[in-house]
Amino acid sequence: MRPEVALPVLLPLLSGAISLLFWRSRPMQRFTAVAGNLALLGVSLWLLVSVIQEDYVVIQMGGWPAPFGITLVADMLSAVMIVLTGLKGLVLSIYSLASTGPGHERFGYYPLMHLLLAGVAGAFLTGDVFNLYVWFEVMLVASFALLILGGEKAQMEGAIKYVTLNLLASVIFLSAVGLLYGMVGTLNMADAAQRLAVAEHQGMVEVLAVMFMVAFGIKAAAFPLFFWLPASYHTPPVAVSALFAGLLTKVGVYALFRFFTLLFDQTLGYTQELLIWGAALTMVTGVLGAAAQFEFRRILSFHIVSQIGYMILGLALYTPLAIAGGIFAVMHNMVVKTNLFLISGITRRLQGTYELKKMGGLYRERPWLAVAFFLSAFSLAGVPPLSGFFAKFVIVRAGIEAEAYVVTAVALLVGLMTLYSMVKIWNEVFWKSLPEDNLVPAEEVVVGDDSRMVPPSLWLMYLPVAVLALFALLIGVFAEPLMAMMNQIGDQLMNPQGYIEAVLGAEVGVEDALIEAPDQEETP
Amino acid sequence: MEPVMAVAVGLLYAAAIFLMLRRSIVKLVIGLMLLSNAANLLIFTTAGMTRGAPPLIPEGLSAPLGPVADPLPQAVVLTAIVIAFGVLAFAVVLIRRAYEIVKADDLDKMKETDT
Repeated sequence: MRPEVALPVLLPLLSGAISLLFWRSRPMQRFTAVAGNLALLGVSLWLLVSVIQEDYVVIQMGGWPAPFGITLVADMLSAVMIVLTGLKGLVLSIYSLASTGPGHERFGYYPLMHLLLAGVAGAFLTGDVFNLYVWFEVMLVASFALLILGGEKAQMEGAIKYVTLNLLASVIFLSAVGLLYGMVGTLNMADAAQRLAVAEHQGMVEVLAVMFMVAFGIKAAAFPLFFWLPASYHTPPVAVSALFAGLLTKVGVYALFRFFTLLFDQTLGYTQELLIWGAALTMVTGVLGAAAQFEFRRILSFHIVSQIGYMILGLALYTPLAIAGGIFAVMHNMVVKTNLFLISGITRRLQGTYELKKMGGLYRERPWLAVAFFLSAFSLAGVPPLSGFFAKFVIVRAGIEAEAYVVTAVALLVGLMTLYSMVKIWNEVFWKSLPEDNLVPAEEVVVGDDSRMVPPSLWLMYLPVAVLALFALLIGVFAEPLMAMMNQIGDQLMNPQGYIEAVLGAEVGVEDALIEAPDQEETP
Repeated sequence: MEPVMAVAVGLLYAAAIFLMLRRSIVKLVIGLMLLSNAANLLIFTTAGMTRGAPPLIPEGLSAPLGPVADPLPQAVVLTAIVIAFGVLAFAVVLIRRAYEIVKADDLDKMKETDT
């Protein structure tokens, strides 16, 4: 029995249930949010330690042996993602204490947040294809409700696009799961990986691979299916934006990494081209979209898209080094992007707007906030010695080693344009002086959502920002031990045999598995 | 039976996509409903359709005699139906709220958050 594999899923569900029980008690819900997420971070660190010691930690739910029951499995990739989820959960629950108004809290903000984290953790840990679909849906339903919490016009418009495209992706995913089961007669990822390798119709395997790619591509907001993201991410309360920005698309990216290293590694010749050019176009369109924007959160939303391109490029180059770089980019992005959204929430609180044109003078007013923004923004642009530099450096090096010069050049160019967008925000928000028409003290501005009615307890908002900015710096300073960890992820993903053996037990070879399986072909 | 089902599934997908491409948000949601039904029917069909052979093990044996219907896709479809039901209930409430707030049933009038 290995409880640490199941606990990251169970704990948020439990905290969600507790905060549902205390539906009317706001202090109790707030306490549960912080305490529950602290416990989640603790458990995730426990899981990470176990994985460092043993490489793979597996638990068979209900005691059913591997290909028949549902397996939860943690390798290094899952463990790192779970730790980041725990960190984000804790940081955001503290930030939410100050930034989320009582109106949102009364309508189930905290229970939904716990449910979302449970869905994300489940998706990172499950070793079963259909179970992955279920966790995706748990996460999606929670995110739908969070997105429209408050019920403003913009939120409704954004939500319709978000809901439609994500449901479309879910149905494509579900159809692909059905076809996969029809082909190989199993839903266990490790078992399916073995059987797909010896499947008769390799053409059908390619069709499946593309279906999964499209489904996860929509969820990860990759080109050309990213339009739902910039249309919706700037509409909800800022803590929700930050939660979505760091987590939801990364689950899609995680699923791409998992499926295209474990299940579809043999069809890579065809899908690799698609992934490479998809990644390049994702980077370029995202960064160009951001260049045209003058609203704080819209710029950041487009940059999410652009950064997804780097991660997918890491997968598409398909060398251990590139995959390590891709995961490094995911890690760096989850910290930095969340922080930028949190900072946009603080500047909104201070100046009453997200429009860059109406802001200014914050460098003089709040120098430490400016420092935190500087660290995060320039880390996103890839300035050494911050975290983003190493992510980009590794991916670019892997690209040159793989002789994919065009995409590598695109990646470098996009880095430069990211810097342009970040400098734009820096100039407008922090450097230039406050424009004449926005000299109203922030506290008196009445805005649609009720975040302003809370007495400004800004230190609760500064604390998470400071912690995450520190992380952006520390990831850069301690890049070497982290890179060793990422290299281990790269090795594990490139050699899926270890994963398969850990799930199914070492002695089951392909032939045995095929004989043992219930025969699918005897349909009359 | 399978060819008939394949055509039915194809028609459902086609009808769903057609409805989703209309401008009315009500048709959008009906399209989503058809889409999830199409996926469920697809799982049901691809997993193999065996008639009149329930997966029951006779008393005293440890394995069923001869080929039986596969119960797993039915469990999968059942789960998927429940999930789709919940999600669609949400979608119906969402379009109602959106209609109240935007005061239009037209997706072309909901472009303010686009860029």
